[in-house]
Amino acid sequence: MKKVEAIIRKSKFGDVRDALHKVEVNFFSYWDVTGVGNEKEGHVYRGISYSTSDIQRRYLSIVVNEQFLERTIKAITSSAGTGAVGDGKVFVSTIDEAIRIRTGETGGETLN
Amino acid sequence: METTAIFTANNVWMMICTALVFFMHLGFSFLEIGLTRQKNTINILFKNFFVITVGLLLYAIGGFNLMYPGYEDGALGIFKFAGWGIASPENGMTAEYADGGYTWWTDFLFQGMFAATAATIVSGAVAERIKLKSFMIFAIVYVGLVYPIVGSWKWGGGFLDGMGFYDFAGSTLVHSVGGWAALVAIYFLGARIGKFDSDGTSRAIPGHNLPLAAAGVLILWLGWFGFNGGSVLSADPALTSLTLVTTCLAAAAGGVASAIFSNILYKNFDLTMFMNGVLGGLVGITAGADQMGPMDAVIIGAIAGLIIVLGVSLIDKLKLDDPVGAVAVHLICGIWGTLAVGMFGSMAGFDQFLIQLAGAGIVGAFCVICSTAILFIVKLISGGSIRVGKQEELKGLDLAEHGMDAYADFRLNQH
Repeated sequence: MKKVEAIIRKSKFGDVRDALHKVEVNFFSYWDVTGVGNEKEGHVYRGISYSTSDIQRRYLSIVVNEQFLERTIKAITSSAGTGAVGDGKVFVSTIDEAIRIRTGETGGETLN
Repeated sequence: METTAIFTANNVWMMICTALVFFMHLGFSFLEIGLTRQKNTINILFKNFFVITVGLLLYAIGGFNLMYPGYEDGALGIFKFAGWGIASPENGMTAEYADGGYTWWTDFLFQGMFAATAATIVSGAVAERIKLKSFMIFAIVYVGLVYPIVGSWKWGGGFLDGMGFYDFAGSTLVHSVGGWAALVAIYFLGARIGKFDSDGTSRAIPGHNLPLAAAGVLILWLGWFGFNGGSVLSADPALTSLTLVTTCLAAAAGGVASAIFSNILYKNFDLTMFMNGVLGGLVGITAGADQMGPMDAVIIGAIAGLIIVLGVSLIDKLKLDDPVGAVAVHLICGIWGTLAVGMFGSMAGFDQFLIQLAGAGIVGAFCVICSTAILFIVKLISGGSIRVGKQEELKGLDLAEHGMDAYADFRLNQH
């Protein structure tokens, strides 16, 4: 089992979710995150310009079986991009175990 | 019967205006909350509740009689106290009192609603860093003594009235009285942590709820129908309708001028400047709302709008910190409106201009001296500082002073 984590633009969330559904990745969690990076967003408040280095992104966490890994990554990378700096990143790691709480099943079966 | 009907109509209008001025306290609260950070919301609301409640009680205890003491002919017209408490004179409920414009009770309540406004103006400027107790002591003295004494000089028939000074609804008597105290107080307090970099560059501390601030400004605008409309002191058809027209045109012109000017200077459409421009226009027209034609009102409002943009940036350059722009709106536009009476409309003339200038100057000097003296004493009895400690300020006054959260279950961005 693999965990695919992706940090994407909030504005791309809809596209990414649809792309994941198309390759039958139907279950995942996400949350909004704030990060620090190179991107600066210009603001003006009462005549004072300022830029905030707080960057708003959405964080996706998807646990899949090995055979889903490639298409999951492809679905994200092909749908989350705009070509500009700040499109985000994808991380892949190995998951040791998964347990379905209701039935007590373990392993890859729990992900279906 | 005829007289009675008109008397009743007048009095009803004055009570509606009283209610509208009361409503302005909600407008001030919304505006101040919206333009500051969420961690200080309870504190601002508490101060504003304190000001309206205690202000009204103080006005009943002595303020009204200090402001309308009935100066005798030939008196200096500087100070007189007509006694504690409020009680209607014998003819107070008849048309004999105040030319049939209103009853004595209406008179008291209408003026009482005005009284608290001066301290509410201060509340916004000193937000996010003043000790609650220090503010409360200051507000008691300022609303209880300074505001009514200044008011008596003009509206109470004192020496400013005698020399021909004109202030219809209080550009000077209300707004600049509050504005001067705000200026002195923010000088005493210093800027909020994070407002200025170590090299002195001004930094933005964005307010946390601009929709609330916008509601506040529109409520204030509505309240001004009563503030200026009621200052006619009767339901005189021609004067009240003219006053509402000039009031609204000045507000509109102030907002538009401010929005355009700040867009030219800063290349963005700044909602907060738009809103402050509306308020600047309203404060600017207040001194002469019944003396101006529509075009005069538009010009006065538009200039007030320009003043707002420059005033906000001037306060920044002086290294003062005024989170809601109270000094630019109430003090600078208050002075502008007072002077405008000598420049536009039916009273315009160089002599009148000089009288207006003198009146604004005298009131300014008195308010600065009083504010400085009061704040100096408050500082002594507040343990050497009227400002909360660094940790309290960073944590927010809601927790530090009240142990409360304004949005207890709402945790998007806690500082």
